[in-house]
Amino acid sequence: MNIRTDIIKPPKQDIFKSGKFRSIVVQIIVMVLVIGSIGWIINNAATNMAANGISHGFAFLWETSFFDIGYLPFIEHTASHTYFNAFIVGLLNTILVAVLGIFLATIVGFLVGIGRLSNNWLVARFCGFYVEALRNIPLLLQLFFWYHAVLRVLPRAKNSLNFGDSFYLNLKGLFLPKPIPEVGFNYVLLIGVFSIISIIFLYFWSKKRQALTGQQFPVFYASLAIFIIPVLIVSFLNNTPMYLEDPVLKGFNFKGGIRLIPELVALLLALSLYTASFIAENVRSGILAINKGQIEAANAVGLKRIPILRLIIIPQAMRVIIPPLTSQYLNLTKNSSLAVAIAYPDLVHVFAGTALMQTGQAVEILAITMSVYLTLSITISLLMNWYNRAMKLKDS
Amino acid sequence: MNNQMNQSVKKPPVINIGVIAWLRQNLFSTWYNTILTFLGIYILYVAIPPFFQWAILDAVWSGEDRTVCEWYDENKVKYRAGACWLYIKVWFNFFTYGFYPDELQWRINLAFIILAIATALLFIPNFKNKHYVGIFLFAVYPIIAFFLLSGNETLGMKHVGTHKWGGLFLTFLLGSIGIVFALPLGIVLALGRRSKLPVVRILSVMFIEFWRGIPLITVLFFAAVMFPLFVPQGIEIDNLLRCIVGLTVFGGAYMAEVVRGGLQALPKGQYEAAQAVGLGYWRMMALVIMPQALRIVIPGIVNTFIGLFKDTTLVFIISLMDLLLTVFTSMSNPDWMGFPFEGYVFCALVYFVICFSLSRYSLRVEKKLMVVHQK
Repeated sequence: MNIRTDIIKPPKQDIFKSGKFRSIVVQIIVMVLVIGSIGWIINNAATNMAANGISHGFAFLWETSFFDIGYLPFIEHTASHTYFNAFIVGLLNTILVAVLGIFLATIVGFLVGIGRLSNNWLVARFCGFYVEALRNIPLLLQLFFWYHAVLRVLPRAKNSLNFGDSFYLNLKGLFLPKPIPEVGFNYVLLIGVFSIISIIFLYFWSKKRQALTGQQFPVFYASLAIFIIPVLIVSFLNNTPMYLEDPVLKGFNFKGGIRLIPELVALLLALSLYTASFIAENVRSGILAINKGQIEAANAVGLKRIPILRLIIIPQAMRVIIPPLTSQYLNLTKNSSLAVAIAYPDLVHVFAGTALMQTGQAVEILAITMSVYLTLSITISLLMNWYNRAMKLKDS
Repeated sequence: MNNQMNQSVKKPPVINIGVIAWLRQNLFSTWYNTILTFLGIYILYVAIPPFFQWAILDAVWSGEDRTVCEWYDENKVKYRAGACWLYIKVWFNFFTYGFYPDELQWRINLAFIILAIATALLFIPNFKNKHYVGIFLFAVYPIIAFFLLSGNETLGMKHVGTHKWGGLFLTFLLGSIGIVFALPLGIVLALGRRSKLPVVRILSVMFIEFWRGIPLITVLFFAAVMFPLFVPQGIEIDNLLRCIVGLTVFGGAYMAEVVRGGLQALPKGQYEAAQAVGLGYWRMMALVIMPQALRIVIPGIVNTFIGLFKDTTLVFIISLMDLLLTVFTSMSNPDWMGFPFEGYVFCALVYFVICFSLSRYSLRVEKKLMVVHQK
């Protein structure tokens, strides 16, 4: 019996219907469309810019800027400085707000988040109200509220709100004492660094010893002692080579100390309180995510309250909290650009605002501004990813 | 006998039941809780009565002009009543419609009534033809709304330029962009990001990460300053349109990540089953994957929408008159200067009511979804 082989021969491959061919065609079409439209846009932009007489290139960065910036905590900028200098000033002011804001928002956020889980009914309600109120109102509105409504009703410099003769709050801003190092401060710094290094060694030693023998060492108190005692002794020997310079009222304004301008205070208040409401929610859900059995097991093993918090609750909660926390930090950094609304001299206000208006080089300036924010975003998320990996469950 | 037994069953001490027990457990359980409670009561005592006095008791609700709220006696000493809600009342029309001509405001109202009816239909649980309503809302309604709002001379409706649009109406309009345009863009981008084709995937990732990495302010700056450069000469792009494009790409990038979450959460079996039935890519996505993925991420979509809605306040940067900017503008009116608290409280209340109810809705959906999953 012959089997007819010809009818079960595989059918001839039609290359137009094969998946591979189709995917290549689709990709080529997408490429052509994207490159084509980008080319069209660039072409249009070039003709438009030529027609309007807008110069291009980054040479403008080295030209004199002809504008002053009022608030300069770090470096100087006057009308005779270059645009590049203005860019650096704006960038530093943005970073200043972002760092301070992240610091404050984290503290407030954790406090409120834990407070919401408090067994004190009133505290839990307070924190719940805080979260719901602040996260449902636009940040810009809050910023305007702090800046135009609250900080405007502050008294003039003469009648400043006085907090212990060191902190003053008035229409011109918040004045803080400024730490000023004197001769001999270097020794204190040196001994401080040395103490920190020995604390790190102590930490690893005690960890190793615990792993070997099971004996615990009071690392925390020992570290405190190692840090505080030598530093105190050395600074005492050098007649405390640092003093706090209090701001003093002279004429119509304060001299000395650190001045935070009202724009900065308003921006910090708005940014950190707003972001804190989101962080609080992340913290709450992180703590709620811990299995109850974990805490019961820790109790059963005989751990006390603080070790339970430090060894069981925080490490596990942090694992849940960190990823959303990262995006909150990113949001805060990006939201700091709202500074432009109250004329705090941040990157957007100084560079994408004033410098853009003066030079008209929108493409270059916006490209620089956007890449700064992209770099900041990517840096923060890389750092956080690294931390996240370090905190992750390790299977071994 | 029976009586005796009853007597031997002692009632729990008063201190362990009812209000007292509740107070003890929830307010005074430890010494630091007691301190916190007293501190809280003190804060309430300091904050609530004066606010109540200002906002309700001493408030001015009606009158002619600002002299009802603020007046001087013969010695030129300034007196001030509580909250001047009259100020809100006087400006209410401006806060709602911006500079839109009074006699044409019925068109805005009509557009909103249509929208409200269509949206209400979507929320009726047993309504059958929901997908027609959906198509109407996403495809037909924007066109109707555009003609109603902007007017058309050939149809005999007076034209109203977008520079006159403003107030709460503009805020709603910009907010709805977040759903009507950004969500579809987000779906496309999410599919692109999950695509097997490397070119499509890389382009989508770049697009999403770029717009997510920069602040909305720079996006709007970009839209305001650069878009006019990108189109051939002689074409004028409307200011509002620039803003809408900016909001759409920005919102689309965020929506894409939400939708991607839904796509990833679906079990692989759903994809395989759809392919086994013989569905191609688009039909698999449209009929099997998307309906499930989108349903999972409704809370995420609503939350992103809330974020976008709050972010629409940033359009001040290209001087569009949204609710916040109308309130802000009214504050600098010489006849009504000096009532910033009233303005901000009103504005905050409007945003709060909208965002809070939306977030409650998303929470409810989330709980409902959890129950479905547990089944």
